[in-house]
Amino acid sequence: MIAIQLALKNILGAGWRSLLNIAVLSLAFVIILWHNGTIDGWNQQARKDTQEWEIGGGQLWHSAYDPLDPLSIQDAHAPLSADMTRLAGQGQLAPILAVQASAFPQGRMQGVLLKGIDPEQKVLKIPTEILQKNPDGALIGKRMAQALKLKTGDALLVRWRDSQGAFDALELNIAGIFDCNVPSIDAGQIWLPIERLQTMMNLPGEATLMVAASGFRPAETSPWVFQSEDVLLADLNTIIQSKKGSGAVLYGLLMIIALLAIFDTQVLSIFRRQREIGTYIALGMTRRQVIGIFTVEGSVYSILAIVLGALYGGPFLWYLAKYGWAMPTGGQDMGISISDRIYPVYGTGLVLGTIILVVIAATVVSFLPARKIARLNPTDAIKGKIQ
Amino acid sequence: METIIQIHQLSKRFPVGNGEFTALNEVNLTFDKGEFTGLVGPSGSGKTTLLNIIGSLDAPSSGEVTVLGQSIAHLTHAQSAQLRNRHLGFIFQTYNLFPVYTVFENVEFALLLQHLPAAERRKAVMEALEWVGLTDKAQSRPAQLSGGESQRVAIARAMVKKPAIVLADEPTANLDSKNSHHILQTMLRLNQELQTTFLFATHDEKVMSYLRRIISLEDGRVVKDERIAAHSFIKSNS
Ligand SMILES: Nc1ncnc2c1ncn2[C@@H]1O[C@H](COP(=O)(O)OP(=O)(O)OP(=O)(O)O)[C@@H](O)[C@H]1O
Ligand SMILES: [Mg+2]
Repeated sequence: MIAIQLALKNILGAGWRSLLNIAVLSLAFVIILWHNGTIDGWNQQARKDTQEWEIGGGQLWHSAYDPLDPLSIQDAHAPLSADMTRLAGQGQLAPILAVQASAFPQGRMQGVLLKGIDPEQKVLKIPTEILQKNPDGALIGKRMAQALKLKTGDALLVRWRDSQGAFDALELNIAGIFDCNVPSIDAGQIWLPIERLQTMMNLPGEATLMVAASGFRPAETSPWVFQSEDVLLADLNTIIQSKKGSGAVLYGLLMIIALLAIFDTQVLSIFRRQREIGTYIALGMTRRQVIGIFTVEGSVYSILAIVLGALYGGPFLWYLAKYGWAMPTGGQDMGISISDRIYPVYGTGLVLGTIILVVIAATVVSFLPARKIARLNPTDAIKGKIQ
Repeated sequence: METIIQIHQLSKRFPVGNGEFTALNEVNLTFDKGEFTGLVGPSGSGKTTLLNIIGSLDAPSSGEVTVLGQSIAHLTHAQSAQLRNRHLGFIFQTYNLFPVYTVFENVEFALLLQHLPAAERRKAVMEALEWVGLTDKAQSRPAQLSGGESQRVAIARAMVKKPAIVLADEPTANLDSKNSHHILQTMLRLNQELQTTFLFATHDEKVMSYLRRIISLEDGRVVKDERIAAHSFIKSNS
């Protein structure tokens, strides 16, 4: 208790130097919260979007299906079992048939993936009800519309090979353009009613994969293999981790600057305040208590930094969390979901963890130079002799 | 008279280069409660070294030093800190006030270490500031004080806990004549009112004129130990 009072007095007594240390440390504190909060917010949004628009509660894949290998798609299809058909009817499964095709927007040729989906499905957020009203139409996402310069009502010529290898072509009518943040159901994808695509392919009743409704865990029967949410979100997790890592470099540097400044202040002050240290001892403190005072000074620095950070960072972070902020573009190409605005989320764990990190780090860098006091000769210290 | 410091065959040697330097050589002394005594002698004769050992800031190389019944050589860090905190007051040539604390806080410090409640601390601090005539400077910082005022704060800080012994190393060396007399009279008054034992190390003629016992050191040895009858001028001055 005394140590905290003394530390506070010493820090306030040191004026500008202290304020500078506190300011830099508080900046590190706020930036750690801001950066991690942003990534956590992005992560939550990306997970939610990906689950709602793409993966549902997990997917059953045909064992030959490999989304990274376009050639696999040709053979990756099988008829639904009676059970699966029933589950699809109950809205627990949404079968999807995927077919490689070529599209010819404005006379150019472009590889696309035709995807058949039940217009009545409610498993994914894709607005398939538009296909109910336009059974001859097709749905695309806004990225696809942009890339192919298409708008609602336009026609798009597509060519594909059916299951027997015969080429066929058709003009699709763009019935709707949906807006979603998940690139994998948008870029290069054209959504059709599944029965129509099955007819086009001559694959009645067959599908490539089935999306399970949230919370429903379908049974695995050959040739279907279940891919859990965790497996399907593994890529997202990897990207989030790497984003966190690259951010850590930024605020790690800031933390190091702040901690070095405190370390430096402490080394200097232990050197300059030798006479004071000797006097503490003469007045009846043990050396351990004096080390305690200097160590606690570091902790008090960090607490003041947290208070200061809360004062200016609190409103700033709150504003971002409420109104979001636009992430620099470029993330679209990473193949994972990024919305136009990110709403940072500051979890209790993040806030507490950051506070503990800052307090412990500042305390440790104050303790390290203070250990020197244990070897200080009080009679020399009182005279202020330089060692 | 009650003996409160007993020094028997005390030697202090400092390592210097490859050899040793003997700063105190077989010193034998006793001090009674309420003494107002000075250690005098040329520079380097061992005055400060002796005060430091009595104050348990330094350890004897050989011999026995007993302060208030406790053998200095055998105290742990915590015990010697406790001894200093409760029973010993220090006054330094350079005042050694804490620059960031107010006068009040400087004086209060020893009482904080004793975990006294705030009201009691406040009372004791104001009383100590009254002894040295500085109640009006309680909220000043050391940088705002004159040398004489600083040393009076240091006296208040040493006296606030009513220690048995005050050790003062050249307390007047940085003061002018007027301030020196003021300080010495203050200390003499406290010596008489509170029966505090004062032990000085000094070169200063002005200090010597107040002393009732003068111990002369030379090359770490006691060469003279004389007692002086109470000065009559003190009463008229104070
Ligand atoms: N830590 C030390 N290491 C080596 N020698 C020391 C140390 N402390 C004191 N000495 C030596 O011991 C001798 C006595 O020193 P001390 O400080 O006690 O003298 P003093 O009588 O107080 O002198 P002054 O009047 O100049 O203050 C001196 O010669 C000094 O150089
Ligand atoms: Mg000396």
